[in-house]
Amino acid sequence: MKWFDYVAPRSLGEAFQHLASHPGARFLAGGTDLLVQMRAGRKETDLVIDLKHIPELMELRDSPEGLTLGAAVPCCAIYGDSGISRAYPALAEVANLIGGTQIQSRASIGGNLANAAPSADSIPLLIALGAVCRIASAAGERTMPAEEFCTAPGVNALRSGELLVSLHIPKPGPRSAAQYLRFIPRNEMDIAVAGAGVSLVLDNGTIRSARVALSSVAPTPLFVKAAGDALAGRPAAKESLGTAAELAREAARPITDMRGTPDYRRHLCAVLTRRALEAALAKAKENN
Amino acid sequence: MSATEYSVIGTRPIRHDGADKVTGRALYGGDFQIAGLLYGHVLRSPHAHARIVRIDTRKAEALPGVRAVATAADFPPSGDRLVDLGEGQTPLSYIRGNVLASGKVLYKGHAVAAVAAVSAHVAEEAASLIEVDYEPLPCVLTAPEAMKEGAPILHDSLRTKELGEDGGLVSNVAEHFRHVLGDISQGFAQADAVIEREFHTSTVHQGYIEPHNATALWNNDGRVQVWCSTQGAFVVRDTMACILDIPVSQVKVTPMEIGGGFGGKIPVYLEPVAAVLSRKSGRPVKITMPRKDILEGTGPTPGSYIKVRIGASRDGRITAAQAHLAYEAGAYPGAMVGAGAMCVFAAYDIANITIDGYDVVVNKPSTAAYRAPGATNAAFATETVIDELAEKLGIDPIDFRLRNAAKEGTRRADGPKYRRIGCVEVLEAMKSHPHYTAPIEGPNRGRGVAIGFWFNVGLPSSVTLSVNSDGTVNLVEGSTDIGGTRTSIAMQAAEVLGIPAESVHPSVVDTDSIGFTAVTGGSRTTFATGMAACEAAQDAIRQMKERAARLWEVDASSVEFAKGSFRSNGHSCSFQELAGKLGQTGGPIIGRGAVNPRGAGGSFAGAIADVEVDPETGKVNILRFTSVQDVGKAIHPAYVEGQMQGGSAQGIGWGLNEEYYMSAAGAMMNSSLLDYRMPTTLDLPMIDTCIVEVPNPSHPFGVRGVGEANIVPPPAALANAIYRAAGVRLRRLPMKPSAVAEAIWSKNL
Repeated sequence: MKWFDYVAPRSLGEAFQHLASHPGARFLAGGTDLLVQMRAGRKETDLVIDLKHIPELMELRDSPEGLTLGAAVPCCAIYGDSGISRAYPALAEVANLIGGTQIQSRASIGGNLANAAPSADSIPLLIALGAVCRIASAAGERTMPAEEFCTAPGVNALRSGELLVSLHIPKPGPRSAAQYLRFIPRNEMDIAVAGAGVSLVLDNGTIRSARVALSSVAPTPLFVKAAGDALAGRPAAKESLGTAAELAREAARPITDMRGTPDYRRHLCAVLTRRALEAALAKAKENN
Repeated sequence: MSATEYSVIGTRPIRHDGADKVTGRALYGGDFQIAGLLYGHVLRSPHAHARIVRIDTRKAEALPGVRAVATAADFPPSGDRLVDLGEGQTPLSYIRGNVLASGKVLYKGHAVAAVAAVSAHVAEEAASLIEVDYEPLPCVLTAPEAMKEGAPILHDSLRTKELGEDGGLVSNVAEHFRHVLGDISQGFAQADAVIEREFHTSTVHQGYIEPHNATALWNNDGRVQVWCSTQGAFVVRDTMACILDIPVSQVKVTPMEIGGGFGGKIPVYLEPVAAVLSRKSGRPVKITMPRKDILEGTGPTPGSYIKVRIGASRDGRITAAQAHLAYEAGAYPGAMVGAGAMCVFAAYDIANITIDGYDVVVNKPSTAAYRAPGATNAAFATETVIDELAEKLGIDPIDFRLRNAAKEGTRRADGPKYRRIGCVEVLEAMKSHPHYTAPIEGPNRGRGVAIGFWFNVGLPSSVTLSVNSDGTVNLVEGSTDIGGTRTSIAMQAAEVLGIPAESVHPSVVDTDSIGFTAVTGGSRTTFATGMAACEAAQDAIRQMKERAARLWEVDASSVEFAKGSFRSNGHSCSFQELAGKLGQTGGPIIGRGAVNPRGAGGSFAGAIADVEVDPETGKVNILRFTSVQDVGKAIHPAYVEGQMQGGSAQGIGWGLNEEYYMSAAGAMMNSSLLDYRMPTTLDLPMIDTCIVEVPNPSHPFGVRGVGEANIVPPPAALANAIYRAAGVRLRRLPMKPSAVAEAIWSKNL
């Protein structure tokens, strides 16, 4: 690892100034990806900008409209907040799934998204929850749905001079639930061979709407709109879920690598989508 | 002596190094500091097989902060000299070539050059400035591929040793040997059922937690000092002397604490490189290996291709067995296939056996020992076929094994006839164990069993023991303490001396301070160094009897020693009392023990595994696991249980998920602990242990080495359990979820 400078701006404005003078600067939201990549020689930079001292990036606030999750808020702050854990249980579960306790005290959901790994555990859930990214630059702000944020392995939609400030997650209504399930060969400390994030909303005895997203089976986390749409209007029963599982299987575009073969990963997409939907369905029925 | 007569052996005292270990004060190689220290970094080959055309180090040397750059050209020429470092005659060029490549690189991760600089970061940057021109060559990664005619050849000078003779043929097969017992054609003709299967096992790594490290100082007087993490300080010393072409007395090696080795810390990697960098810079140089380099550049255990054929009569007697073992040595010969051949049918009394072994070089890291090296691969094959045969004959798998179990007098195909062994006792303990007698119920669940063998070794050990005036003793030894052997050795001395374990203070010292001691390996330390400790303690007692005789003015031969007391003719004196009188009876007493024992006494182990298979994902969850082992005599039962659990954990990892996942170009794709999936605590059940004690007649307390046999049965036990849970026989390791799922799909087609 080569020498680099480190700054910890106290405001967005200050961060944009650093960014303007160092176009090659790297953001450090938690550092659990960045420092590993720098050590392995996969990323190099002359300036690391620590985001953990910028108020907007550390904001964690629930409101009737939904959750504002600053991009550098550590995972432990999410599951450590009992109100947020109750209102967004699937998010709290994912925050507790990534890494161990030490990692969770540094790593952030925003960083997980910005790192844009195809295997990122939080992204399918963010997509399923309908999360919206708030992006800012010295010139202004824009928003973008989470499913559009990752553009290639390790590449995101941020333009030069832009910063992911926060995520907005809409307040889940009654009779709804979300679930992320991944498959890993070990029981901990592993990268998903495939993952499925789902959410659904019930309306009396039927499924009003659903969203399905996959990880580790395409160059980016994959929003499978067709799978969710296929469930709309179907009876709120296990038997309805097979179609969505099959659509997830068809949408997957996996490669062969050390984590599995394409056939095996497509198969897992169907299994995980079905199991995640079953779990979400059971929870939604209890959420009045 | 029956067990009840022991006062120390068989108890569970707190380990002597416990306080240092739990408070973090124990000094490992990485902790070592010395004035003027430089930091080294090793540049490694990006190619699996390539000719080195040119190495230009000028840019690296010009970088500020760089103090020395080294390549193989800095070693004295080795010529064709053969050296014996305890594992037979090996060309020095192989040993040296693995430390720094010369002429060709033979695997991705092969060390090519090294830098010493004022910081590790400067050294790393300088290494990236070394220009190496490679001429890439086609690579070959598995034994069956490497044995084919026309395969890329690793060593132009390697001619196959064919059944003991130089066959004259240049190939990747370093050696083909054969063991024959009886006549298999006759034996198979007598069989009512014959099963032949092929097996593949992946390259796996020992996975010790502490990285390799070495600090070397080439002093102005010509002496080289080394501080490192090793299983054998004397092997480091002797290897250094060979590679650097200096007398052994010019090298002093201090073994630091070791964070695991499992056989992988017997070879030397960094020490000679640090020494050369020190010679060139005039400063001490420390090198620590990153995890990626450990996986890509140090010796894992061989991957293998194995074919096993076993025949049995209807009444469950094995009539013949045949094995073809082709093991991947990695870059240089020495795949431990000899050990695999010793173990492949070692658990059974079979009249007709033929075993063919092939030691095959491939473009992967040069393999090293790993806990019962060669035996786990072989047992995976044999024990799976045995299980299938038992099923075919309709006999309980343990009963089938019992009907054929090796016992005293059984001759192994590789020659030796067993003395007292505990194979039958292990099987009987398994059969009556509450785990085996408990029902296993529920869908997708199954139970499997397997057994395994490791022969263990003796080899030289030295101990000195000085008596303190307060009645304690200081015990000095040369065996690296990996698994609690300071304590298991001290306990044997304490038993002989009739004092508590806590009254013996063991120290593991450098190569200047104790007689030659072979590596901590082959499960030999508690056996052999323990014997040296007994001998040293007896030597001290003999001298103390003379002192008592002097005090009491009696004949020394009349002094008896028992239960910690000296007695003669109405006189009596405790060990402690007499220790306080050494000054007035002739001065200090030092006991000496130096042994090179035979009769290490092999150890048999068994595993019982209950698993549940997720039929959709193929994932195997272990519900219950029991390790059974004949340990001869458990000196410190808690450490013996720890060894059994540790071996089981590694065997489970080997069986289920661990593998070198190689690209076609010969790059290991999973060279991190994240992707090289060793089991975490959450992947393992509580591993129950059952100690069986069939004393080894060649050891004063009956000790058999316990470190290794326990890793041998788990992969086969899991394969047999998976078969009963999911109806599929896995014959390739690892039995990872995708492999299990794909096997289930094939079955359902």
